[in-house]
Amino acid sequence: METLNAEQLNFEPVVVGFTCNWCSYRAADLAGMSRAKYPANIRLVRFMCSGRLDPVFIMKALKGGADGVLITGCHPGECHYLEQNYKALKRFKLLRRMLSQFGYEPERVQLVWASAAEGTYLAHQISRVVEEIRALGPLHRASDTPSFELIGDAQLQEATV
Amino acid sequence: MNQNSKPKLAMYWASSCGGCEISTLNIGENILAVDELFEIAFFPCIADFKVKDVEGYPDGYIDVCLFNGAIRNSDNQEMAELLRRKSKVLVAFGACAHQGSIPALSNLTSRAATLETVYLDNPTLDNPQGILPNTQYEADEGLLELPTFFNTVRSLGQVVPVDYTIPGCPPEPHQIWTVLQAVAAALLQGAELPPAGSIIGAGTVAVCKECTREKEEKQIGRYYRPFEIVPDPERCLLSQGIICMGAATRSGCGALCPQVGIGCRGCYGPPDGVDDQGAAMISALASVMDTTYPTDNGNSLEQQIDTLIDTLADPAGTFYRFSLANAVLGRARQPASPVHK
Ligand code: SF4
Ligand code: SF4
Ligand code: SF4
Ligand code: FES
Repeated sequence: METLNAEQLNFEPVVVGFTCNWCSYRAADLAGMSRAKYPANIRLVRFMCSGRLDPVFIMKALKGGADGVLITGCHPGECHYLEQNYKALKRFKLLRRMLSQFGYEPERVQLVWASAAEGTYLAHQISRVVEEIRALGPLHRASDTPSFELIGDAQLQEATV
Repeated sequence: MNQNSKPKLAMYWASSCGGCEISTLNIGENILAVDELFEIAFFPCIADFKVKDVEGYPDGYIDVCLFNGAIRNSDNQEMAELLRRKSKVLVAFGACAHQGSIPALSNLTSRAATLETVYLDNPTLDNPQGILPNTQYEADEGLLELPTFFNTVRSLGQVVPVDYTIPGCPPEPHQIWTVLQAVAAALLQGAELPPAGSIIGAGTVAVCKECTREKEEKQIGRYYRPFEIVPDPERCLLSQGIICMGAATRSGCGALCPQVGIGCRGCYGPPDGVDDQGAAMISALASVMDTTYPTDNGNSLEQQIDTLIDTLADPAGTFYRFSLANAVLGRARQPASPVHK
């Protein structure tokens, strides 16, 4: 990874983690119990299954102040509700494709599979995701003025000519 | 009836294509009843009214104003504010006023990029001096002013409070006529109006519920654009791989498009209980993606999904064709550029 500048170092990203109750939430628990460290930047929200995750929850997290989202679920073939995690994967991939058209970098929304036994692995993945989002910088910048802002014609000339 | 005791009706177009007016006139001979029931107070499409006429009315003078078109520039905004003040009941009429519709698709890009395409970089242009529209121009007759073009298109409800919404691009004439009759009954006979804020002239459920095509549990290996496939006349379009927004769109049109073999484009906006048409559409499309589930190789599953998604051109523009101004995500993020510093 490239070296981070001062702004990136001072920036503490907020990452919302949508976790499945059966595997990844337990993995996160296990990580805590076995003292595998993961950054406090992640705010975990527990679902019964990754298949419950409506794409609008991710949009609302991003709109509501998160700098990124991490979705976790059981490994393919291990979902407690049969194939719901495949559905989660399909939604995630389609959402991410669409988010790129809204100018969101792919690293802002990620998906990781983790079984209940993979506490250390999950802790490591959370750290990786948080660092990748830190490197991207804040999603909401102070310079993002209200959406219908007017832009002076002089600036427009400068920008386009 | 004496002219002055008739309720006053207005219809105005902001950033609009004129289709909403056409649809209103398409209520057929009922248009004569409209003229009988209402006094037209402002309707630039059909009669010569000036803005200063409206400015001269007392506040609340217009009983019902049907406002179509999105808010794209400062003139649209001023007219929205003026008509809000002058109208007792302000109706967001049609998809543009409801959720931005086609004009709001430009929220996926920026004002600078839009003006560049329109005035500077386009094969059909002849603009060697690179002249861009100015908001002020010093002419011999004096200072001329043009509206300011906004960076982001908004829906009417994002600019002023709206009493009712009639969705559709355009709203269906029979729905318009039903609404006008209900309004006249309320104003003339004291019948009750629907609760403020309601969506009127439409259903509450999804277009799929009105669609008579055979629904089936089926998954597909790719999506098709309309020119790539001849649809089966009986079966659900989505289960044939044709993008149909029926599951993410409010009923009320009678499933017009799927009935003739065209996927629903989503013009009535999301149904009750759905905040975001794009999110609902992602779920609907994910549920028909066929990926035979390999248990030993996660990678190939991912590749399969990617290949399937590759057959879907322009997801954002498709899912939000009529609702981008009200998307939960708002407008597209803009890269830091000289314009946005
Ligand atoms: S809603 Fe449709 S018909 Fe009405 S002004 Fe907008 S684009 Fe035209
Ligand atoms: S997806 Fe389209 S074609 Fe299928 S049932 Fe719904 S409206 Fe009809
Ligand atoms: S089928 Fe869909 S796009 Fe066609 S008129 Fe109805 S709501 Fe609009
Ligand atoms: S139960 Fe864990 S992803 Fe479904």
